[in-house]
Amino acid sequence: MRYLVVLILTLLTSSAAAQNWEDRRVFNPEGRTSLRIISSTDTAFFAPLIDAFVATEPDVSVEYLVTGTTDLDQRFRDAPQSFDIAISSAMDLQLKLTNDGYALRLDGIAHPAWAQWRQSLFAFTSEPAVIVLNREAFEGRPIPRSRQALIEALRARPEVFRGRVGTYDVRQSGLGYLFATQDSRASETFWRLMEVIGSLNAQLYCCSGEMISDLTEGRIVVAYNVLGSYAAARAKYQDHIEIVMPSDFPTTMMRTALVSRRTKSPEAARRFLAHLVAYQSTETEDAPALPPLEGSEKGAIRGTIALEPALMTYLDTLKRARFLAEWENALIQK
Amino acid sequence: MKFLLVEDNPDLAQAVVSRLRLDGHVIDHAEKLDDASAFVSTGEYDLILLDIMLPDGDGRDFLKQQRARGLDTPVIVLTARSQVSDRVGSLDLGADDYLTKPFDHAELEARCRAVLRRRSGSSKTRVELGGIVFDPVAGSLSVRGTPVTLRNRELRLLELFLNARGQVFSKQKLADRLFSYENDVSENAIEVYVGRLRKHLEHSDLTITTMRGLGYRLDQNE
Amino acid sequence: MNNARVSGSLRNRLVLTLLGGAALLALLLVLAVRSHAIQVAQEGQDNILLASATSILDSAAIRDGSVQVDIPYAAFSMLSTPADDRLFYAVFQDGQFLSGYAGLELAQAGGDLGPEFRAGHLQGAPVRIIEASRTIIGTEGRRDIQLLLAQTQDALSETLDRISRDAALFGGGFFLLAALLSLAATKATIGPLSRLTASVTRRGPQDLRPFQSAVPREMAPLVTSLNSLMGRLNQTLSQSEDFIAEAAHRVRTPLATVRSRAEATLQRVEKEENREAVRAMIKAIDESSRAAGQLLDHAMITFRADHLERNEIDLAVLVRELTERLAPIADMRDLSLHVKGDPRVQMTGDQILLQNALRNLIDNAMKYGPAESVIEITVTAAPHPQVTIRDHGPGFPADEIETLTSRFKRGRNAAHTIGSGLGLTIALDVATAHGGAIALHNHPEGGACVTLSF
Repeated sequence: MRYLVVLILTLLTSSAAAQNWEDRRVFNPEGRTSLRIISSTDTAFFAPLIDAFVATEPDVSVEYLVTGTTDLDQRFRDAPQSFDIAISSAMDLQLKLTNDGYALRLDGIAHPAWAQWRQSLFAFTSEPAVIVLNREAFEGRPIPRSRQALIEALRARPEVFRGRVGTYDVRQSGLGYLFATQDSRASETFWRLMEVIGSLNAQLYCCSGEMISDLTEGRIVVAYNVLGSYAAARAKYQDHIEIVMPSDFPTTMMRTALVSRRTKSPEAARRFLAHLVAYQSTETEDAPALPPLEGSEKGAIRGTIALEPALMTYLDTLKRARFLAEWENALIQK
Repeated sequence: MKFLLVEDNPDLAQAVVSRLRLDGHVIDHAEKLDDASAFVSTGEYDLILLDIMLPDGDGRDFLKQQRARGLDTPVIVLTARSQVSDRVGSLDLGADDYLTKPFDHAELEARCRAVLRRRSGSSKTRVELGGIVFDPVAGSLSVRGTPVTLRNRELRLLELFLNARGQVFSKQKLADRLFSYENDVSENAIEVYVGRLRKHLEHSDLTITTMRGLGYRLDQNE
Repeated sequence: MNNARVSGSLRNRLVLTLLGGAALLALLLVLAVRSHAIQVAQEGQDNILLASATSILDSAAIRDGSVQVDIPYAAFSMLSTPADDRLFYAVFQDGQFLSGYAGLELAQAGGDLGPEFRAGHLQGAPVRIIEASRTIIGTEGRRDIQLLLAQTQDALSETLDRISRDAALFGGGFFLLAALLSLAATKATIGPLSRLTASVTRRGPQDLRPFQSAVPREMAPLVTSLNSLMGRLNQTLSQSEDFIAEAAHRVRTPLATVRSRAEATLQRVEKEENREAVRAMIKAIDESSRAAGQLLDHAMITFRADHLERNEIDLAVLVRELTERLAPIADMRDLSLHVKGDPRVQMTGDQILLQNALRNLIDNAMKYGPAESVIEITVTAAPHPQVTIRDHGPGFPADEIETLTSRFKRGRNAAHTIGSGLGLTIALDVATAHGGAIALHNHPEGGACVTLSF
């Protein structure tokens, strides 16, 4: 009986602990200096990088915590002193954090001007938003390669797609919001697509992972504005998955990292970021690495969301309210 | 010898004239260049003593003219200023020597002697007497044909005697004439010179006789 | 030699003034450029802020009864700077905060007033703030929309720094150029002065001719004064030389007259004690005459030594000519003068002074040399030109050798001879004036030896 109580208690506490974070892992626990990283990237994607880091810095232990982008932003603002590094795919939220003075300025990290902001926010990947399709749903038909093509495909056979198209719930997902707002800037096609998807009883997801899982399992056949890297990771083993980069405009985001102004280990944190940037600029053959930063000295590749203060535009309360109102209007139909 | 003195200062002229006459020379005195020209054209002189600053002109111009006319007589210029230009200029113009006024007679005598010796061509002042041939200008003596070298003072001593033959010269007088009042000359010095002269004249007919308490006299042997 | 008292330097003064002026100008230039740059850069930033604010206010509208401000993406996009300046904003409606950064406060009242710019501080950083407002009219009346937009000035500072650096470089370059020009100008201005100085220095000590070469107008009065000064000096010099010669003559003429009269008297006087008296008188006159002559020689030497003539002279020739001239006098005393040594001895010096010194020394030797002795005069060229006069007299008393050359001293041995003793002093003065020396010593085989070296 006593064992059962202990077991339940242990499970409860661990699950309670686990409930706080999507994932938590400590690398090199013996290190005297500890770095606490809050991130929106799955551990699997970051592990090789962190392993490489602690190999060269045996004195440093890295605690890697994963949560969603909105939650990440909130937690960080609430307690900036309790995190050393914040890594997120929500460029807008990261930039606002930096603008609001939460980031530490780092010297000595050589990085193209378009891939960093104020020497405080560093971009290290180039990841497009893609359309992921189940090939079987398009048996014998051309695979839509653009948003416009998708609109036509959906309109053509609403019965196939009703309730089986998924996209981000932009109210919950920071990355989803970012992709959606950037899309809306680009052209009217976005809103028409949203209306079409809305009329087909869209499935809304908070996160890429879930969306892709549902797709691979067949619950949805189209996932719009999914993170390409995630999709690719999964699609490696799935034949029926097709990843399409929209040809009309390929919205690409850059994952960014910053060091908290209130960090207690600025030197170690700086070295981690330097390592991160360097790691991402060399090719490695092993385990699912994050896609590297793509661009030349002239700028990022076409379609990359610019790392500039304008990212804060859609974070404005009024603007956001307006956008969300429109979005809800389109996607959540009577 | 025959001298011409061209000098306007009466005191100086008087001193030179009387002294030279005392030495047994003939001397004419001109006070102006005009007079000098007259003297030169009429007489033959052995030596001209020419002052530069004369009432009727510059002695150098006179010299230039005379030389241009072919006057060959030796000239000693008497200059009051010791400027180099004066002296050198005079020599260039044809003077044989110069004397800066005021000069002492000994220097005048020495320079006259030197100039005459340099210029001697004629031997009209030669004295032949008692087996000796003496040319005071050339300063040469030969005894019975044998030349004898005389020192300056010996020469002057002989000349003194020859100029005033038969005269008795006291040692003092001789000393005054030979030693220029400078050093306190002992009487021995005179004896020495007389002795030397006697030696030179040994083979001649001339002897220097000692007159006790009076002095010396040159005698010719009969 | 009198060196001028130096106080400051024309060249330095000119250079410093020009450089100082150039430095001042360069500094003013830098400051002016910088302040102008600040103004221009600030205008640049203000213009963009204005454009951004305008585009935001343009998007204000009343929709469904409430105020909507649809911030255009471009509004913040245009505020990107190369220095990644931060930006802060707040939107107000009738003074009420609508959205943006909550901590910002309006300074103006509302209304359709023009945009206002001011400086401020946000989150510890200096910012440029624009406040602008727009009145929009809806069905329910007017609404004042106020916008406060602020941007940090990192880019501005960087630009200013760059401009300051460039301005400083320009200023520095300008200053360097100005410095070079100043140096050239100074050289050109001081040039005529230096040339005049060189021309004055080049002149020999006897050259008192007026300066003929043309000089700049400002220097004309100086040259005129210099010429008149030299004219006066020239006159004085010739007058002084004349005076000395004249004095010489005037002193010696009466002495000569008295002497000749004394000589004449001596011829007439018979009594021994009278003869003694007259002889003594003549001796005294001779001493005075010689003394006067030497004094005047000495005066002339002192006078001439200050502006020594430096000509090329053959010392051997000079000595030979001098001995030729003195030969009759030496002969008079049965002394002979022998000249030996190098046939040619070149040196630079004043002929008159050298003749004077040598004449005095030879005169001394003739005084002290016993009758019928030889006075040897040796002239040599190496190691430096020198003349040695040696007599066969008693020589210098050993203990007096040092002091003999000081004025008016006669050695013990000179007790019976005439002469004021200035002979050695004169020789010493002439030697010194030529940068040479005089040495006295006794010849090991007897006699005194005087060496004049140059």
